[in-house]
Amino acid sequence: MLEIKGLRADIDGKEILKGIDLVVPDGELHAIMGPNGSGKSTLSYVLSGRDGYTVTGGTATFDGHDLLAMEPEQRAATGLFLAFQYPVELPGVNNANFLRTALNAVRRARGEPELDAVQFLKLARAEIKRLSMSDDMLKRNVNVGFSGGEKKRNEVLQMAVLGPKLAILDETDSGLDIDALKIVADGVNALRGPAFSALVITHYQRLLDYIVPDHVHVLAGGRIIRSGGPELAHELEATGYASVIADAA
Amino acid sequence: MSGFSQLQSGAERFLARYDEARHRLRGDAGVRDAAATAFRRTGLPGAREESWRYTNLRPLVDLSFAEPALPTGDCTALLARLPAIEGPRLVFADGRFRADLSAVPSHVSVRTGAPSFGTLARPDSDKMVALNTMLAEDGAAISVPEDMQAGTILLVSLATNAADTPVGFHPRHSVELARGASLTLVEISIGDGAYLHNPVTSVTIGEAATLTHLRLQNESATAFHMSTLYADVAAGGTYDSFALTLGARLARMEVHARLAGEKATAHLNAAQLLGANQHADFTTVVRHDAPSTASRQTVKNVLTGAARGVFQGKIEVARIAQKTDGYQMNQALLLSADAEMDSKPELEIFADDVKCSHGATVGALDGEQLFYLRSRGVPEAEARNILVRAFLSEALDPIAHDTARAAMEAAIEDWWSRQSA
Repeated sequence: MLEIKGLRADIDGKEILKGIDLVVPDGELHAIMGPNGSGKSTLSYVLSGRDGYTVTGGTATFDGHDLLAMEPEQRAATGLFLAFQYPVELPGVNNANFLRTALNAVRRARGEPELDAVQFLKLARAEIKRLSMSDDMLKRNVNVGFSGGEKKRNEVLQMAVLGPKLAILDETDSGLDIDALKIVADGVNALRGPAFSALVITHYQRLLDYIVPDHVHVLAGGRIIRSGGPELAHELEATGYASVIADAA
Repeated sequence: MSGFSQLQSGAERFLARYDEARHRLRGDAGVRDAAATAFRRTGLPGAREESWRYTNLRPLVDLSFAEPALPTGDCTALLARLPAIEGPRLVFADGRFRADLSAVPSHVSVRTGAPSFGTLARPDSDKMVALNTMLAEDGAAISVPEDMQAGTILLVSLATNAADTPVGFHPRHSVELARGASLTLVEISIGDGAYLHNPVTSVTIGEAATLTHLRLQNESATAFHMSTLYADVAAGGTYDSFALTLGARLARMEVHARLAGEKATAHLNAAQLLGANQHADFTTVVRHDAPSTASRQTVKNVLTGAARGVFQGKIEVARIAQKTDGYQMNQALLLSADAEMDSKPELEIFADDVKCSHGATVGALDGEQLFYLRSRGVPEAEARNILVRAFLSEALDPIAHDTARAAMEAAIEDWWSRQSA
């Protein structure tokens, strides 16, 4: 279970998150929607441990562990996964090696035995098939020369292989055509279950037609100003953020 | 003492060793004496010379390098450090050939026991060559006959530190490939203690012949490695080289490649991985002397601690060398605030229809890439290692010889674990 209480964070002295309260119980999928500049990406980066943010107040725990005290790799080992809005290119790093290194690092940290190359390839190929990707993707350098859609699918592949308990998807729908969107959504839906929870950050309601959330939160000005069921996403689509923000003010 | 007079007294000590030893040194005495005359006149290269601006020999002249003792010592421990690469091997200990440690190839001609001077490396135009010529005692002369695909030969230099005092040795090698021949020469230098290893190698590549030259310089941390290589490539021939520098406190590899015939090719790839107070210099001069010749240089540097890397790359294109294709890229990854990279590309082009490009980049590890790896569970040290290896891959991946590449990678892995320890 992810529990965020009164979380505040700065970038270069400018406060972006102004007291976030959010609980995502196991098995639930929550969407965070909000206008540009509302702090959505900052929230995902602060939770995953990227440099450059200063937490000035509040707490964030996952299954009782203090997330904010951990290194990014420790957060991954406890089961957190961030799907990047802009996946990073790693020239000279083979995608299969990258995935296997990540998986074995996480398995090592959890006290599980590492997978050898054969075991790993079997697992990766099965996931690739399920995500309608080509095997070729494993041979290429990480995200180098990938189209926008391929990069996002590669994020979902990593998520599927690493099998996180909590996934944060940071605008995974941006730049995707409808076919790629469905594949990404299928990848997330396949992981859903009592031990999996997710925080889906998005600007548009479109993704939520395919990944139906249990709850929807509206983030604006660094605070969650409204929460509701899946219908809230449709309301936002119809009325825009302005009226919700005006109502909350 | 000023830098200049220090260099001068260093040169005088080398000359004293020559005066004492010349009567019994083997090889052409006329060549040797002419080199000594040149060295007496010019001395060691100093910082006032353009091509030595970034590499100062003062640490070298702080020491006196004695003549190594007779080569009979036990080298078991050093030999155990060599990577397992199949093939015949020529082993030199403290600069002298050791038949008992070697497996001399029978299919090519190999001569040892005396320096093989040749005519490519000129004592009158290169001071380190003059020093080598004056004091050279031994070397390997390898000659591959026409059309022979000669496989792999190892050329090994061991520094034994047997006398526990600094020694200097100046091997003089030559490699000659006749028309259509091919050879992979894997050269490995390792050692213990403080010493000067100052080899000079002449390489002559005949028409349509190919020499693949892979060098692993992993000298001791207190050693000096000053190597000079002259390669002459005939029409359709290829000098394909990669040099990995990991060792020595002060190192310089100087390569002069002359593309003498049409469609001759030279690859002068290198990687320098340096830590602590190490200084290493990779200096190249590629001369395009015939039409449609090509040169490629990819030079990667990874610097930590207060290490300093130098790359000087000069491409000369003669008037006749139309359709020259020259490429040079020097990249440095600085892993600490005190590390420094000096990069000096030079193009001198007299032909009008040529393609020559060069570039240089210096930077730190990319924070986004590091975070991406760590967010996937990869611990920071491992993530840094992955990114450093990725940075080096462009220079290492083209090495077609699998066991040699594996040996290079193992040496890099070992270097990396020493840096992070």
